[in-house]
Amino acid sequence: MMHALLYEPWPWYIAGPAIGLIYFALYFVGKRFGISGTYRTACSMLGAGKFTKYFDYKWKDDIWNLIFVLGMIIGGYLAGVVFPNEVGVDLSASTIASLEEMGFSSFNETMIPVEIFNWDTLFSIKGFIFIVIGGMLVGFGTRYADGCTSGHAITGLANLEFSSLVAVIGFFIGGMITSFILIPIIMNL
Amino acid sequence: MKNLRLLIIGVAFGFVLSKGEVISWYRIYEMFRFESFHMFGIIGMAVMTSLIFNQWIKRSKMKDIDGKPIHIPKFYDGILQYLLGGTIFGLGWALTGSCPGPLYIQIGYGSTVMVIAVLSALFGSFLYGLVKDKLPHKN
Repeated sequence: MMHALLYEPWPWYIAGPAIGLIYFALYFVGKRFGISGTYRTACSMLGAGKFTKYFDYKWKDDIWNLIFVLGMIIGGYLAGVVFPNEVGVDLSASTIASLEEMGFSSFNETMIPVEIFNWDTLFSIKGFIFIVIGGMLVGFGTRYADGCTSGHAITGLANLEFSSLVAVIGFFIGGMITSFILIPIIMNL
Repeated sequence: MKNLRLLIIGVAFGFVLSKGEVISWYRIYEMFRFESFHMFGIIGMAVMTSLIFNQWIKRSKMKDIDGKPIHIPKFYDGILQYLLGGTIFGLGWALTGSCPGPLYIQIGYGSTVMVIAVLSALFGSFLYGLVKDKLPHKN
């Protein structure tokens, strides 16, 4: 049991409630669950407040969320390097078929397509779109929507907020456009 | 001490999202194509569990560890900001395969190139701050 928790992927019925516990733990220590706000804090800390008042706020009150980010990176290190999974991602057959058709090959071993997400491809068209353009859209979109998966899909929906439902519908509109239309085009470039 | 407990919750969160394969680019691709229940199960269970905690906090007027009342804030009303911002985020989520949390977690998990994705996200956030007042927000 312990071995499986450390070295194997968790099923949805374990990972889901575990995220709920994190949600509660953050309220219990006087904070709240929401990750994309860390980008605002980091921009402010780096001096973006000189350019626009959006970043000119009391960011020192939000330093805690950068400590949280540091913890997340350590958690990723523990899960990926110290206790690496002995089993690959168990994708559905139809997903595998479409990945193979587009030329992906690493899905049995890794969490991400290493053939695209690496330092060498960063300056190729594909790498630049997936990593740099993708990252910029994540940053811009989450600030515009005032939240991401944690802030809207979990915290907002759990508080029964209509705004968050609208945001989540937006997530899926964008995600479906990318997955059904853009990725096949980019992979053909 | 306060920082230590936040660090520990962060470590737990990074570990949970990693082991739950929420940080998997492939899982996100699969989710947006509606080809597996996995991600929907995780988000659904996370929302249900959080909803129970949310109700418990509100009904019991719970206080936090420092004795302060727990305040659950609301988002502003409006549609356009959430729909447009959400769609832009969704486009990027499926490209990077990571929402904001996993972008950070990937770095620790072993994909150091995701440092560039995080910096790009910071730049995207900065761009939003620059053009914020020109964008439609409410309705």
